[in-house]
Amino acid sequence: MGRYVIRRLLQMIPVFIGATLLIFLMVNVMGDPIAGLCGDKACDPATKAQLSKEFGLDKPVWQQYLTYMGNVFTGDFGTAFNGQKVTELMSTAFPVTIRLTIVAILFEIVVGITLGVVTGLRRGRPIDTGVLLLTLVVISVPTFVTGLLLQLLLGVQWGWINPAVSTEASFSELIVPGLVLASVSLAYVTRLTRTSIAENKRADYVRTAIAKGLPRRRVITRHLLRNSLIPVVTFIGADVGALMGGAIVTERIFNIHGVGFQLYQGILRQNTQTVVGFVTILVLVFLAVNLIVDLLYAVLDPRIRYA
Amino acid sequence: MRGATHAKWAAGAVVVAMAATACGGGDSGGGGGGDGSGVVRSSWGDPQNPLEPANTNEVQGGKVLDMIFRGLKRYDPKTGAAKDMLAEKIETSDQTNFTITVKDGWTFSNGEKVTAKSFVDAWNYGASLKNNQKNAYFFGQIEGYDKVHPDSGSQSADKLSGLKVTGDRTFTVKLTQKFSTWPDTLGYAAFAPLPKVFFDDHDSYVSKPVGNGPYTVDSYQKGSQMSLRKWDRYPGDDKAQNGGVDLKVYTDNNTAYTDLTAGNLDLVDDVPASQLSNADSDLSGRYINTPAGIIQTLAFPFYDSDWNKSDSDKVRKGLSMAINRKQITESIFEKTRTPATDWTSPVLGEDGGYKSGLCGEFCDYKPDEAKKLVKEGGGIPGGQVKIGYNADTGSHKEWVDAVCNSINNALDNDKACVGSPTGTFADFRNKITDKKMTGPFRAGWQMDYPLIQNFLQPLYYTNASSNDGHWSNKEFDSLVDKANGEADQSKAVKTFQQAQEVVRDNMAAIPLWYQNGSAGYSDKVSNVALNPFSVPVYNEIKVN
Repeated sequence: MGRYVIRRLLQMIPVFIGATLLIFLMVNVMGDPIAGLCGDKACDPATKAQLSKEFGLDKPVWQQYLTYMGNVFTGDFGTAFNGQKVTELMSTAFPVTIRLTIVAILFEIVVGITLGVVTGLRRGRPIDTGVLLLTLVVISVPTFVTGLLLQLLLGVQWGWINPAVSTEASFSELIVPGLVLASVSLAYVTRLTRTSIAENKRADYVRTAIAKGLPRRRVITRHLLRNSLIPVVTFIGADVGALMGGAIVTERIFNIHGVGFQLYQGILRQNTQTVVGFVTILVLVFLAVNLIVDLLYAVLDPRIRYA
Repeated sequence: MRGATHAKWAAGAVVVAMAATACGGGDSGGGGGGDGSGVVRSSWGDPQNPLEPANTNEVQGGKVLDMIFRGLKRYDPKTGAAKDMLAEKIETSDQTNFTITVKDGWTFSNGEKVTAKSFVDAWNYGASLKNNQKNAYFFGQIEGYDKVHPDSGSQSADKLSGLKVTGDRTFTVKLTQKFSTWPDTLGYAAFAPLPKVFFDDHDSYVSKPVGNGPYTVDSYQKGSQMSLRKWDRYPGDDKAQNGGVDLKVYTDNNTAYTDLTAGNLDLVDDVPASQLSNADSDLSGRYINTPAGIIQTLAFPFYDSDWNKSDSDKVRKGLSMAINRKQITESIFEKTRTPATDWTSPVLGEDGGYKSGLCGEFCDYKPDEAKKLVKEGGGIPGGQVKIGYNADTGSHKEWVDAVCNSINNALDNDKACVGSPTGTFADFRNKITDKKMTGPFRAGWQMDYPLIQNFLQPLYYTNASSNDGHWSNKEFDSLVDKANGEADQSKAVKTFQQAQEVVRDNMAAIPLWYQNGSAGYSDKVSNVALNPFSVPVYNEIKVN
């Protein structure tokens, strides 16, 4: 187990370097960001040269990358064009996005798995068909439509919530945005759980458990669910990273000042430091979550052993 | 950002539906009553630069500076005329040397007195190359600027030699050349005085700016919110009519607009394009759409010999006459643009040099004559006009396509004009600076100060800072020089207008339209207006 974890951690190094390098190059391809800083006017050449020098943009790309990575390892993620430290931006943006992600994941787990279990056990019944149809609708409607519709109905028409989330972004404010963010994944979780449960229901070990005379509740939670959850856990794990980085649309609709918003603004302003910094952290989160998911397999399925 | 574009459309559709069902917003928060203590909740965008006066060149930071700073002059929010604010008098006998006296009794909100030194130190800081101030060029007319801000290499002086403090409240300014209307430029934020804390403890200033305007910064959470409160001991006569302003950063102007319709916000000064057609009915008339000091033109690459032949002016005039400005401004911009008939802006007013119709028939839609003129001028270089624009912001594609359509129809040639997009704004600017444009390109100009000089000299004077097309004309240059040396305001304006006629006769750039500023507000506030820089006049807003 220990050796496995170490091996996985070592594998992360090339993935991390590759991912950050790619992002760094992509942002650089967009052109010289300084030219866009002076509005519709040309920056005067002296100020432009001075700014390039300050942000290290006058050096070749490989050297910029090396300096940047060097700084990252000492915890210095650079400065955004508006003079704010990127770490400062992160410390305000990440807590908000993490709260949003937690709300979304909770929705996925509680609602998604419950619906999946219910429909999986009652395959072919009206409730199964109903939920299936519902998930189909949710999957086929894009997030921004659900988001804007809910915002308008709940926020403006009925006045149940505020259409825009305040700067504090407390958990209670994030329920609706979290539901919107989770909606598509939630539908997938339902379908995955349903299929998995339906399949395993006929498995030998379930029949054995029933034959032993175990109560139905224990058969479902201890035996059936535990084994059926493996693909679901993989999906939810991978989704944590996707939700954190992919919340751009939801965050813009509901005025949430999280990672998605910072990334969006960083890209618009061609702010290399912000974009690379945030993506670097997201890459790390993704790698860590993936490792945890793989380790969870062993917990869920005793047949899996890591050497 | 495909998603975002879709989102806008969806939002548009949704709000149309909402307007159709005649639904208003609920009520919550706000308050204060009509005693002048209510707080205005206004939408905001994260400022691109730190809130330093000489480093703020966009409207979001400009909003804050307009509330917390007062300079020697202030532009009247309605007429745009420069009026004395902190200046007791500005005297000159030769249009080059100015003696400025600062009014007595002004302090910064931290109690420090505003003296001549507050101005001189601020200007020296703004001009100095090492401080990276993006508005440094404002100090370019002052003697010694070439030393503190050389075009290349490092600076050989830290202070402008043209600035001298001569007393507690007086200082002198020496310009490099005659510039009679120079005092009228002093209303721009870059010329604001700065308190000592700005220089001594810059970090604390940036995290909570201190100024001498009608508001003080109460709290500032970068990237999310700034609370400004009325400063009770403000000595000026433009005191705040409300208790304060809360500026809230919105991730998207559509969200801000939705929040306004839901009653959670009082003022949105950037109504999304997709809502323009229904904003007036959504907000039951609480929508303003007034001219701003912005003009959009098409500039030409005069460094390209094909566009700079002796007869080329006929082609340019022909193209100008092939554009149906009225139709485009009405159908695409929902009347938030006005067809241009000169090269300045209506916000200058008649006295300030705006002359409606100066362009004459060259700005009218006359397809037959357009065709004739283009033919006489030797046809379009290369057989096709490629209009350059940046595709990332400002929905330029729509109007460029419409302009091309109009040209194609007028010239009876459906290949006469196409749009030529560049991916990002920065890249677009790079191409322009590197002289890589091969056809006419989008050129927008937002005035720095409401003077006719600002609409002509930086754009058309030989090698001027924003002369992107590199047009050069001796007659124009000498008229501008003459106007700058004119002691009499109205004579100076007349001479500038003559210079503008030279621009017209050569069609140095095709004027397209004047841009408006738009804003929507809630029923809790009144007396809302935009100044000529399309910034809301916050201190005059009343909370009901």
